[in-house]
Amino acid sequence: MDKPAIKPLAWLAQGALYALFAIAIGTFSGWPAYHHLAADQALIKLSFSHSGKLVSECRPLSPAELAKLPPNMRAPMKCPRERVAVLVELDIDGVPAARHSAPPSGLSKDGASAVYRRLPVAAGVHRISVRLKDSASAAGFDYSRDESVSLRPAQVLVIDFDAEKGGITLR
Amino acid sequence: MEPAGSPRRRALAAFEALERAFDAAFGSAGNPLRHLGALGFLFFWLLAGSGIYLYAVLDTSAAGAYRSIDELSRGQWYLGGLLRSLHRYSADAFVVVMLAHLLREFLLGRYSGFRRFSWLTGAPLPLFVFACGIGGFWLNWDQLGQLSALATAELLDWLPFFASPLTRNFLEAQSVSDRLFSLFVFVHLGVPLLLLFGLWFHIQRIARAEVFPPRALAIGASTALIALSLAAPVMSQGPADLSVVPGPLAMDWFLLFVHPLAHATSAGATWALFGVAMLWLFALPFLPRPAPPAIAKVDPDNCNGCRRCFDDCPYAAITMRAHPNGKAGRQLAVVDADLCASCGICVGSCPSSTPFRSGAQLLTGIDMPQLPVDALRTKLEQGLAALKANHKIVVIGCDHCVPVDSLAGRDVITLSLICSGMLPPSFVEYALRAGASGVLVSGCMEGACEYRLGTRWTNERLAGAREPHLRACVPRDKLEVAWAPAGDRRALTGALDSLRGRHG
Repeated sequence: MDKPAIKPLAWLAQGALYALFAIAIGTFSGWPAYHHLAADQALIKLSFSHSGKLVSECRPLSPAELAKLPPNMRAPMKCPRERVAVLVELDIDGVPAARHSAPPSGLSKDGASAVYRRLPVAAGVHRISVRLKDSASAAGFDYSRDESVSLRPAQVLVIDFDAEKGGITLR
Repeated sequence: MEPAGSPRRRALAAFEALERAFDAAFGSAGNPLRHLGALGFLFFWLLAGSGIYLYAVLDTSAAGAYRSIDELSRGQWYLGGLLRSLHRYSADAFVVVMLAHLLREFLLGRYSGFRRFSWLTGAPLPLFVFACGIGGFWLNWDQLGQLSALATAELLDWLPFFASPLTRNFLEAQSVSDRLFSLFVFVHLGVPLLLLFGLWFHIQRIARAEVFPPRALAIGASTALIALSLAAPVMSQGPADLSVVPGPLAMDWFLLFVHPLAHATSAGATWALFGVAMLWLFALPFLPRPAPPAIAKVDPDNCNGCRRCFDDCPYAAITMRAHPNGKAGRQLAVVDADLCASCGICVGSCPSSTPFRSGAQLLTGIDMPQLPVDALRTKLEQGLAALKANHKIVVIGCDHCVPVDSLAGRDVITLSLICSGMLPPSFVEYALRAGASGVLVSGCMEGACEYRLGTRWTNERLAGAREPHLRACVPRDKLEVAWAPAGDRRALTGALDSLRGRHG
């Protein structure tokens, strides 16, 4: 019949294997250390969630068009749901670092456009230029910001958009 | 057909060598490599027990979570701190045994046929394990939790499910609200409940599933983790501060390896890797394989509805239904073809399988078409009659362990069964009455049976502790039992020599 080994050597081997198991768990539960960012780097996060303008202007419905509609749906103006994609460009020290056209979310393309980019940079002073276009107009960008920032090692700079605060924010 | 030198076969040989080394230390019945699933359950219970205490003292607010957990480790190291460390290390150990269990079952080719259900229900469970394990780091809300939460959000944002990026919840300190923290708590409590449900589902088609390891193994594994918790307590790594990127962090590589992986590659590459891995796991059971052997066949005329096959089947492949003969209360065993492992253990459990039944042909209640008990009885009778030696020995073995046919000789006849559990114990007495001087019963070591319970049932039946049992009047000195690892022919020859020495 097979019986568990009860020799002292077997007990020692069991103890050694349990110890090895515990040491392996303890070791790889915290080692080697993980360096997410180099010691002399900072991080720029370009992140916004912003709704672009409607792809076209609202227009009044003609009497003929209104007549075709059920009485309870005869709104005088017809507005499209779809919004334009939001275009954002970021230059760091005059060098293009990111350019992204964020499409509107939602099946009807009527939701907010979102962007998230992580850009590790060397700590120190940088010239940040951000431009954002959220309309269908042929003219240039609707918002822009140009600023010099000093970044400490490991510091996070967030570039966001907040219409209530005047547009592009750096914090 | 897979070639003998394939990578899987070579890896299996290495794993089996490791198992044999562990057998030497723990014994086959207590070998942790043979109880990986049960160890997983043990670590789950340790996680649940320690987690209940941690949840009771956790301040579930963004501002208070760090302080409440950090105080546990500093001010209450003997209880709260210990349980916190045990919680973490149990989670790590759970990952280790889960992946080892997955690897072992793959190497043994246990993913198709009657095992397909268990494989398919087990394949997605690692996702639940990592989801609740990673979520646990956020609750601490230290710098490691910050890194993990943000890295997870970046990973999830790659998927086209969220209109607003999850990463925006971690742009600055004010973004992390108590409401978001409630979501963290919900993830860390809800996913383990789903995992528990998944584990229950995973073992549904296994009779007498082992949900707790042998006591000695449970004590040893728990003690090792408690000792580790005392020797190297888990500490917080500074409060989260979203205005800076955390510096070098003590990373839990068992649970959080996905974050460095995603940073080193990309979110898309990480998802692609996991997607391919999951597809492979789910596709394995559907790959072409040799035709399965014939399943057990019930003979209604000889089945008396005793339920012993129903009790002993390791895969719950037998159900009891009303017997078609219409007699009140009479039942009939019915075999589910999808679940039957064709192991023959039911044949060994059937009281009608006794070779002492009269009749030219031995008909039993449940039989294996490829190796009927009648053929076994005939081979036994003819083999004994053909031996010229004065002292004849019958060696009964199993197809999955040491091959017994090579032991046949001038004084030995051999019977190789599909599994040692297929042996009706009365065959031993029948062999002795038919002229054998001794009987050697062999098979896989306890815990190593190809069909889980064959060795255990045979042991119990021969010891008179399980029906059908070997009668007490059979002289035990004429019976030798040898459970040996596959390939260990010496164990069998040694047992055979011992039997010859007593009766030769």
